[in-house]
Amino acid sequence: MNINATLLGQTIMFAMFVWFCMKFVWTPIVAGLEQRKKQIADGLAEAERGRLDLELAGKKAAEILREAKDKAGATIASGEARANQLIEEAKAQANLERERILNGAKAEVEQEVFRAKEQLRTQVSDIALAGAAKILGREIDAKAHGDLLDKLVAEI
Amino acid sequence: MASETITSSEYIKHHLQNLTLGKLPDGSLGFAHGAEQAKAMGFWAINVDTLFMSFILGAFFLLLFRGVGKKMTSGVPSGLQNAVEWAIEFIDDSVRGSFTARNNMVAPLALTVFFWIFMMNLMDLIPVDYVPQLAHALGLPHFKVVPSTDPNATFGMAIGVFILVVYYSIKMKGLGGFIGELTLQPFGKLGAPVNLLLEGVNLIAKPISLALRLFGNMYAGEMIFILIALLPFWAQWPLSLPWAIFHILIVTLQAFIFMTLTIVYLDMAHQEHH
Repeated sequence: MNINATLLGQTIMFAMFVWFCMKFVWTPIVAGLEQRKKQIADGLAEAERGRLDLELAGKKAAEILREAKDKAGATIASGEARANQLIEEAKAQANLERERILNGAKAEVEQEVFRAKEQLRTQVSDIALAGAAKILGREIDAKAHGDLLDKLVAEI
Repeated sequence: MASETITSSEYIKHHLQNLTLGKLPDGSLGFAHGAEQAKAMGFWAINVDTLFMSFILGAFFLLLFRGVGKKMTSGVPSGLQNAVEWAIEFIDDSVRGSFTARNNMVAPLALTVFFWIFMMNLMDLIPVDYVPQLAHALGLPHFKVVPSTDPNATFGMAIGVFILVVYYSIKMKGLGGFIGELTLQPFGKLGAPVNLLLEGVNLIAKPISLALRLFGNMYAGEMIFILIALLPFWAQWPLSLPWAIFHILIVTLQAFIFMTLTIVYLDMAHQEHH
């Protein structure tokens, strides 16, 4: 165990090893570790962002659903109102039509009555004339007593 | 393995001898046979086993991690990548916990220190006779497989750390600031020589304690394995198994202590007041 030039050899070897370790061992491995650290951090951040996105999307979906429900409700209500309106309109129109038909029928009936009356009147005047002729025993000149007859007819 | 032909003392000495390459007494270049020859080689000799093993282990650890770094994916990690990532994060946490300044070199330094020392210490768990016997078969007189039981290896690293401590002290506080730190506290200007003595010891103690702590622990552990190996074969495993299990703790702990102290010393070098 005596000190000799091995000492120098060992010191030089030590320096070389440290240099090699620094340059070719430590640097790449630590760089790789740093990179992995970054990747993991990024992954975690991304996961967090994804979670937030999901939460947001859930909220949005609920909102859209509620809007759609509201819209559907409104549509149904307006549809009902429109149906009621249509029914009312139809009723009104039907009433008008009924009035019209009724009035027409009434007029026709009155006309018919009037015509029957006229006919009756003429027939009555004829009968009256025939009766009178029989009573008087002679032919009444229709032309001569026309005004008289008309008066009679008017009275009937 | 205690062979009949050598005594226990020789066996222990043989196991504690590094494979030293240097100038032999006859002037030729060769491996030292025994401690006396190794000592005679003086400073300009090298422990081939220490350099070889520490290089192989360091290169193994770095290339393993480098392989993972190349195929690094930020997706789901494979088994090996997962393990390496765990190690890196463990080191990173230790550095963040003890080092307050900003310096991109400290964490890779801590990683290298921890795993290199860990690998070197781990060689202590290889049965003490395997590698020397193998080396013997290859014609090598000695082979110590645990580089951290060679003070050259531990001091080599500690000196590296010491250079960094001095470098960053001067870089962060300026040369004046560094000298001031050594001379102006704790007793103020008038006590400068005493201050310098105290702070100088304080400064020098850092690398020495780093190196000796690691060396001492691993050397003692290795010594106990060698002593256990001297026992009869039936008495070896009841002792070596618990010691080996306990040693797994020491192996890791010593690597961790060296790393943590390196971080703390560099942190002190970066701070204005400590």
